[in-house]
Amino acid sequence: MDSQMTINVYAGAYIFMLAAFAGWVIIGNVPAILHTPLMSGSNFVHGIVVVGGLYVLLNATTMLEQAIGFVAVLLGAGNVAGGYAVTVRMLEMFKSSDAPKTHHAKRRHVTHHAKKA
Amino acid sequence: MLTLISQLIIAVTGFLAALLLMYGLKRMSSPATAASGIRVAGVGMLAAVIAAFLYCFNLDPAAQPHIWVNLGLAILAMAIGGSIAWWSGKTVKMTAMPQMVAIYNGMGGGAAAAIAAVELFGGRTNGTTELIVTLFGAMIGSLSLSGSIIAWAKLDGVLKAPLQFGGQQMLNLVVAAVTLVVGAAIVVAVAGGPALLPLPGLIALFFGCALVFGILMTLPIGGADMPVVISIYNAATGLAVGLEGYVLHNPALMIAGMVVGAAGTLLTVLMAQAMNRTIFNVLFKRFGATKGQKHSAIAGEEKPVEAGDAAIFMRYAKSVIIVPGYGLAVSQGQQKLYDFVKLLVAAKVSVKFAIHPVAGRMPGQMDVLLAEAGVPYDMIFQLADINDQFATTDVALIIGANDVVNPAARTDKSSPIFGMPILNADKAKKVYVVKRGQGKGYSGVVNGLFYEPEAFMVYGDASAVLGKMIEAVKGLGKAAA
Repeated sequence: MDSQMTINVYAGAYIFMLAAFAGWVIIGNVPAILHTPLMSGSNFVHGIVVVGGLYVLLNATTMLEQAIGFVAVLLGAGNVAGGYAVTVRMLEMFKSSDAPKTHHAKRRHVTHHAKKA
Repeated sequence: MLTLISQLIIAVTGFLAALLLMYGLKRMSSPATAASGIRVAGVGMLAAVIAAFLYCFNLDPAAQPHIWVNLGLAILAMAIGGSIAWWSGKTVKMTAMPQMVAIYNGMGGGAAAAIAAVELFGGRTNGTTELIVTLFGAMIGSLSLSGSIIAWAKLDGVLKAPLQFGGQQMLNLVVAAVTLVVGAAIVVAVAGGPALLPLPGLIALFFGCALVFGILMTLPIGGADMPVVISIYNAATGLAVGLEGYVLHNPALMIAGMVVGAAGTLLTVLMAQAMNRTIFNVLFKRFGATKGQKHSAIAGEEKPVEAGDAAIFMRYAKSVIIVPGYGLAVSQGQQKLYDFVKLLVAAKVSVKFAIHPVAGRMPGQMDVLLAEAGVPYDMIFQLADINDQFATTDVALIIGANDVVNPAARTDKSSPIFGMPILNADKAKKVYVVKRGQGKGYSGVVNGLFYEPEAFMVYGDASAVLGKMIEAVKGLGKAAA
């Protein structure tokens, strides 16, 4: 009856345990300099909830379910799009002093324009 | 056939998304690889979201007649939610990042709660275990939603002071207990037992209580502790998403949600440690509850110095370590600071930035603000990596920071910040402090560093002071030529 995978309680517990462990280890290696992008990045990762939102909305049968499902997709889409946008924006700012050329060229360009105006 | 193919695609993209999201987070272990990592994660996410529309090909028979309406609603919701958030994410100022993250996080929690609501109102859960998991996900998601909104309001200045009243913790406890009792009543009612209210009423009450609990829990927490709270809700939303993933039999949601749940918990612990607070204290005790106590006697006085003189001293120093704090961000002085640093570097001065874990309003925010101003990340050092270098450094330049360089954290057992890890700026041969006036730090603690014999105060707005410093050093160049 179910179009999706079935996961029993035990398998579920194992998945949760391994995922939690993976998260703990992965994040333990992130340097403090990236903690803000990390927070928004992990925020983006749980934005995958929009997939669940789409599932319930597409399977909605009553007005109430459609309304709540709509809210789920709306909020989930906001979570995933916003989380991605801010994380990429922040991470793109981090440059090393070895390879700042394009960045500097761009910035000089901007100040040049600013002076003209 | 179409059903089978679409199922296969959904399963494969889900697997791929889980893999790429974890790989993307893994690549955040260095600023050099982080940006590409998040893009890879984005590809995985995009694939999973597009594939989710293939659910249309294997719907419940009951949902079949509604397919076009549902599909239209889904596209509309994606377009509205996605575009508004995308636009706000692209335009938000870096200084407003903490409240933005709070909002996106609340949205995720709300989405998880809404999924749970559909499952509950529609009676779609299969068996008691699934029902209980759904209820927990619903509760955590709801309180993450309402709590994040309050956190946003506080950080954005909509809500000013922490709201506290007598018996507050008692009330919070009661609301939490009522939420759990209503949840238990739902389990009993679904299992065919006696129901106090009709089931939809119970479910609505359950969500109401969870939302109120999130609000009550966040209201008394002060602004300085808000980053820890955001991080807690980030972990909570991850957990809620993971639990709803279990109910929907979707392993990608389970994995991504639980990874964030664990990651957010670790980040919360790290943050609380850097602030010298335990998570229990953040949630249940107000910072500075010990305010108004006697401070240890501090000898000496604050010695003011002109910005230009300080700048010229630094120009002829061998090494300078800069300690930026939130005061720098408030006066929007990051760009000027980097311009000044470039002048120093051109004069062969070794310049480094020392960042305290909680500089700014959120851990790592100061790093982002400096990166935005163009400071290369190899000039930016974290507390553990640079703290020993102050002793061999000519000048420590402290701009808009206070508590994070207060030696009382090392020496004064009676101080509320005792034990907090601090930057050892006081060990430098000379210390310049750029500060608006003779005020205290966020914690309300007097800073003995400012009274040290080798510490000098440059009073004024950080941005204006840096402007004067740049002029002074440039003027020097002209005079020599």
